[in-house]
Amino acid sequence: MNDALPHFEGLLREALAPVEPPEDLILRLEGTLTSITEMAAGELEAWELSAMRDPRNWARPAVAVVAGTAAGTALVLLRARRRAQHSPSGLRGIQRPSFDRSGAERALRDFGRETRKLFGDR
Amino acid sequence: MSGKAPQKSKAQLDAEFSELYRAHLRDVYSYAYYRVGDHHDAEDLTEQTFLQAYRHFERAQRESNGRPLRPWLIRIAHNLAANLYRDRSRKPSWPIDETTMLAAPHTTEQLVEGRDELSRVLDGVRKLPDDRREALIMRFALGMDNREIARALGRSDGATKVLIHRAIKQLEGIVGDPLKDGAPVPLKDGAPVGENSNE
Repeated sequence: MNDALPHFEGLLREALAPVEPPEDLILRLEGTLTSITEMAAGELEAWELSAMRDPRNWARPAVAVVAGTAAGTALVLLRARRRAQHSPSGLRGIQRPSFDRSGAERALRDFGRETRKLFGDR
Repeated sequence: MSGKAPQKSKAQLDAEFSELYRAHLRDVYSYAYYRVGDHHDAEDLTEQTFLQAYRHFERAQRESNGRPLRPWLIRIAHNLAANLYRDRSRKPSWPIDETTMLAAPHTTEQLVEGRDELSRVLDGVRKLPDDRREALIMRFALGMDNREIARALGRSDGATKVLIHRAIKQLEGIVGDPLKDGAPVPLKDGAPVGENSNE
């Protein structure tokens, strides 16, 4: 029986293989996360309007800007990673040895978009 | 006044939550799917789990003392799934359809050669009592260790080890015995049915 157990556990592992979440679910959830980040940016803007006139307050929004950028960057990375995972090269996001130029450009564009969202586009 | 910087705190939390989401989306979805056996409900459950998790993320981080948050996430999904059944007064809509097996990272050869065998195993999992089924999902679909599963189920490490051992034994019996396979074991939320109740 003990000999059969590893085989059976292997079967169980195959039968209960992880299931990839559908694309529409990912988009919905990322939309929610993005909204959350934008709320942070909105709060930042509101705070800036009331406080930026006083130079003694300048250090604090600077810290918030850095932190806000980190949050936005996390979302951008999340998207870039997902794109790589859903590339036509395979279901499981096979890592490519060569530099993916278009992917990097997309990531840069995403980053620009997120930054504009976070801090306002002028 | 408290010395906290709310803006910074929220931004950091958002970044960390994004990381948690990225790391465990598949875990939560896999758990939800094998738990409820239906893609639509699994999507709802996953979405609700992350929304709930976001609401309580700060406290969970504070209270986790640096321990991984995956068991906490799965526990949220577990509770939401229980509520779902309670609200709808229904059971999981098993069996899992073939699209799931295609969505899962099986190879084509495994799908063709092992489909029957895997189907029997999945069918057996369906017949397990809820707690045993959940423990097996956490162990084999999510790769959680005993300690993580114990935290997710709110049990001791020892009790969890026994639970998993018995679940595998019972499942082996179901899969290996066609008579048992033909006579479905009744499911009852939270109540051990089958081996436990008879021993």
